[in-house]
Amino acid sequence: MTLDTFLSLTTNGLSVSSILLLVGLGLSVTFGIMGVINFAIGGFIMIGGYMVYVVQGIIFAHYAGNDSFAIFLLALPFAFFAAGFIGFILEKSLIRFLYAKPYESMLATWGVSLIFQQLARNVFGSNNVVVNTPVMLSGGLHVIGGFQIPYNRLFILSLSIVAIVGVYCYLYRTNSGRKIRAVMQNRNMSACLGIPTGRIDSFTFAFGSGLAGIAGCALSLLGPIGPSMGEHYIVDAFMVVVLGGVGSLAGTIGGSLVIGMLSPYLEFITTSSMGRALVFIFVIILLQWKPEGLFVLRNRALD
Amino acid sequence: MENFIRKNLIVIFLVILASVVLFLPIYYVNLFGKYFVFAIIAVGIDIIWGYTGILSLGQGVFFSLGAYCMAMYLKLQTGALPDFMVWSGFKSVPYFLSLFANAWFAIPMAIILPMLLAVIISVPIFRSNIKGVYFSILTEALALVFSLVFIAQQSYTGGSSGITDFQSLFGYSLGSSDTIRGLFLITAAVLIGIYLLIEWMLSSQLGKILVAIRDGENRLKFLGYDTIRYKVFIFTLSAGIMGLAGALFVPQIGIVSPATFGIFFSIEMVIWVAVGGRGTLIGAIIGAIVVSGIKTFSSGIFPEGWLYILGGLFILVTIVFPGGIMGIWKRYKVFEQVNLDKKFLKDLNEEK
Repeated sequence: MTLDTFLSLTTNGLSVSSILLLVGLGLSVTFGIMGVINFAIGGFIMIGGYMVYVVQGIIFAHYAGNDSFAIFLLALPFAFFAAGFIGFILEKSLIRFLYAKPYESMLATWGVSLIFQQLARNVFGSNNVVVNTPVMLSGGLHVIGGFQIPYNRLFILSLSIVAIVGVYCYLYRTNSGRKIRAVMQNRNMSACLGIPTGRIDSFTFAFGSGLAGIAGCALSLLGPIGPSMGEHYIVDAFMVVVLGGVGSLAGTIGGSLVIGMLSPYLEFITTSSMGRALVFIFVIILLQWKPEGLFVLRNRALD
Repeated sequence: MENFIRKNLIVIFLVILASVVLFLPIYYVNLFGKYFVFAIIAVGIDIIWGYTGILSLGQGVFFSLGAYCMAMYLKLQTGALPDFMVWSGFKSVPYFLSLFANAWFAIPMAIILPMLLAVIISVPIFRSNIKGVYFSILTEALALVFSLVFIAQQSYTGGSSGITDFQSLFGYSLGSSDTIRGLFLITAAVLIGIYLLIEWMLSSQLGKILVAIRDGENRLKFLGYDTIRYKVFIFTLSAGIMGLAGALFVPQIGIVSPATFGIFFSIEMVIWVAVGGRGTLIGAIIGAIVVSGIKTFSSGIFPEGWLYILGGLFILVTIVFPGGIMGIWKRYKVFEQVNLDKKFLKDLNEEK
């Protein structure tokens, strides 16, 4: 393995980790706070991706030059709020019946994701659509020799760093973030102390969906957007949650780094499918050592 | 007598259904053969999910392993080199696959291989005390991994187009309607046999332990039961049933492809059980037949709508009817009982 391939595998791994991190954060917090497994997260990734497509399409209709970086940046809040809003509606209409019922929530949200996929097929067609990568992001940063880090991967990495810093500051430095952590630790006690748990739940769910929407925007830089684009990432994102430990920020970061970084190396050494299989085996072995995930919130309960 | 009928209601229903279907046009015989295979799958899922409380989202893997074993036999029995092996430059069938040319090896392997895989997967997972949704997620990942591996190993498995174009089974042409009827009868017999076997198993002490694992595993552990051993056993048994179902599926459908490995099919299986009513074998069988029937019907008249219907079913059955069809039936029975009680009280009051 030359230095160039090593560096390019590392940047690939980092950008995959970033996307997994954005998706996994929402999943982990949702599971930690309300005991809900959200398989519909693939749908929110897809919504984010299509928002970039829509925003580019609308702006292009009015102003020429739809490849400008500003338009892509403009699409980010659109994707965040669109996915967040749909997440909010979903929580209000469906998810709140499924608290602390992980199996049921898994099946119901899978149903939701099937409906999302079919809706996307009916609205945008079943073929993938292509988003123009902004010109500013199409080059790369020269590092050493002939190797350059592609700007789009660098951008995805910084996007997720901004997101994780934002989430950290929110959860650990603000009043409402403290409330979220309180509900995660002990729902009944928080309710007794006057924390509006229902509102916290809807808000957290919407926020997690919004982050998945951002992940969808990031994915639009790497490949085409299609109705089933999110499905490829669901399994990996959940593996991140299982490996990292539920409801822990550090766990999600650790889990996404392990899974996101391992895959490109193993896929390079073996083949792409064998690489996936090896990552899976590795996760099972890691779980032998730490059954509750790498970072676990301390809890005295037996189950 | 009445007790006997009530106990074996589903068997009688299946026997009547099978004998009616046998005289329908061949298209329907084939269709119901498929539904009965799905019913076998549903029984296999119900024993782990409905009774033991382990939700596996990767049962498609075991089903497909069985299906591929059978397909390999059907393909290799003629002695000719399959086309996908020709394309990838093989001069002869690789040794470990050439064993599958023998039915007495291939068909037992369709059941043994899935069971072996189930043991290999489940022992480390259950031993490290991973349960609940974590188990579901890991099995889902297993399904994804296997579908990718089978697609990638094109020279051995036929890649994403799978294995197809089978001619005969034990000398009977697979195209003839008599063979299709025969396969249908075998499937029906296997379904009834598995139902009776599982019913007997669940009514024994083992069945009580399984339900106890579902309802309070820790208590059972404190009572000294080695729950891991029971969980591995039931998961392996379920995998064997899946493999058998896969082996029955292939000659009737005439194709096997990695699509059956995928997450979509594995989760669809779970919804059959949920719609019928988890924790009841009858519900699982009815659910599989009803949901597949709806699928056939809706894809005939409104192909785009199937995913909406399926998605809606997932939501409906988890939120509105958690007990599925059997749950509605039971609720109806409860209402009936309540009405009887009310009538009894009313009569009692009037007598006063």
